[in-house]
Amino acid sequence: MDAPSRRRLFVLVIAAVLVLALPVLAAQPPTAAAQDGFVPVSRTAQQETIPAARLVVSAYGFVWVMLLGYLWSIWSRLGKVERELQAVSRRIAAGERRG
Amino acid sequence: MRRLFLPLTIVAAGMFMCAPFLIDGAPYESTMGLVQKIFYFHVPSAMTMFVSAIVCGVASAVYLFKGRPAADRLAAAAAELTSVFGIIVLVTGPLWARKAWGVWWVWDERITSTFVLWLIFNAYLLLRKYGGPGSERLAAGLAVFGMANVPFVYWSVNVWRTLHPKTTVVPTLQPGMRGPFWFCVTAFLLFYVLALSARAHLEARRAELETLYLDIEE
Amino acid sequence: MNFVQTVWLVVRKDVLVEARSREIVYTTLFFAVACVLVFAFGFVNEGRPVTDAAPGILWIAIAFSGTLALGRAFERERQNETLRALMIAPVDRPALYVGKLAGILLLLTVVEVIVVPLVALLFHAPLFSRPALLAALLAAGTTGFAAVGTLFAAMLVRARSRDVLLPVLLYPITIPVIIAGVRGTAALLQADVDVPMARAWLSMLVLFDVVFVTLALWTFEPLMTE
Repeated sequence: MDAPSRRRLFVLVIAAVLVLALPVLAAQPPTAAAQDGFVPVSRTAQQETIPAARLVVSAYGFVWVMLLGYLWSIWSRLGKVERELQAVSRRIAAGERRG
Repeated sequence: MRRLFLPLTIVAAGMFMCAPFLIDGAPYESTMGLVQKIFYFHVPSAMTMFVSAIVCGVASAVYLFKGRPAADRLAAAAAELTSVFGIIVLVTGPLWARKAWGVWWVWDERITSTFVLWLIFNAYLLLRKYGGPGSERLAAGLAVFGMANVPFVYWSVNVWRTLHPKTTVVPTLQPGMRGPFWFCVTAFLLFYVLALSARAHLEARRAELETLYLDIEE
Repeated sequence: MNFVQTVWLVVRKDVLVEARSREIVYTTLFFAVACVLVFAFGFVNEGRPVTDAAPGILWIAIAFSGTLALGRAFERERQNETLRALMIAPVDRPALYVGKLAGILLLLTVVEVIVVPLVALLFHAPLFSRPALLAALLAAGTTGFAAVGTLFAAMLVRARSRDVLLPVLLYPITIPVIIAGVRGTAALLQADVDVPMARAWLSMLVLFDVVFVTLALWTFEPLMTE
């Protein structure tokens, strides 16, 4: 398919997507006011016996562990690759000197 | 980027150290109290995850259609970060939900879709690892499809009734909350940029190693 | 050779090859029926079928048997090296994709013709109260699933671990299709049929189809080139 007809097809598809998106968007069910903002659920499935502080601390602690842990993993992988690079470069240099 | 890396890292570390104090100073939300403070890390993580998904998708598209290896390395780095921030979102969310809604997990559209997006990018990582030679291309194709799913994810909340707070929450935040929130967003995005460049650098060094090994074999 | 001719030739080839052995049709059909039965045993509550499970079971059976069919169809191409021959042929690459997609859709239609009445029967589900809408939902959903599946199966043909990687890649991407299909079908099965809801899910499916078929057409060439 050559470039001009490909472009035409592209425009056609975009138009089709926009046209089709309209009925989907129009089909939005009426949203209750309770959907805006933070609203707690009136029904609670379980007794809230876990104190909030524990949850907050676990959440933040987890985030810290993940972020620092990931940085550490990049660091250690990079170290491994750098060591290998040095080893291979030394081998090549030794080979060249001999060869 | 090289010269800026260390100073920016210090800035990011500083921001993360300041964040808890700012968050502590922010007003309590009327109905949820303390547990709502998870929001300050949960939402920025979600935003970063989506940004990373889009970065991966765009880089993959560039790699697919232009063939630039640097784009492929960036895509691989972004996919890994999407997975990491996805884990953060999917763990901090239920921790918050347990208090706010009484359950660890609900199957509403946005939560489900975020989970699906996370699965897609994990599939990307699996494909790269186990697909054998040439799997970078295939993974790039998958990432493009994954990125096309992001609008469906974000849009699902605004179209269908759901338990999750609607996306219009952020613009209507109380003034006291806005400062810490956007501070955290900046901190997370800064961290993301730094981690992304570090991870892409790792991929570049690996590629150099590959070429050296090939040279030896000749 | 123009686009439509290529598509027709690919479809005709696939149908002819399949008609001779009927291997994929029979095995996929049997698998779909077995799937439905396993779920029927799994979800029966005190000897009575769980009618709410009917839409889910239907779409899961379609998804599972579809994945199987895709894997088998492209394995056949790989074994005979015909895919490479197709790619070398001086034809429009997107036409190859559309041809393979049409073949898979035909196969899945045959499967659905058997499985849908079976589900209706086993779960006492009034699936045929709105046949046109149901058919549209099935068509749109199957197309979405097959569109992504055909592309992924084709691109994985030369990859390692392709058997397990196809579901790993395919299911997360097509979860929106499954959700929309199940919820749309469920809307049709309610006591007071929720036609606007079903129509809304149908339009979402069609939108998904358009977006993902376009994406597949666009990425087919770079993904299949070595």
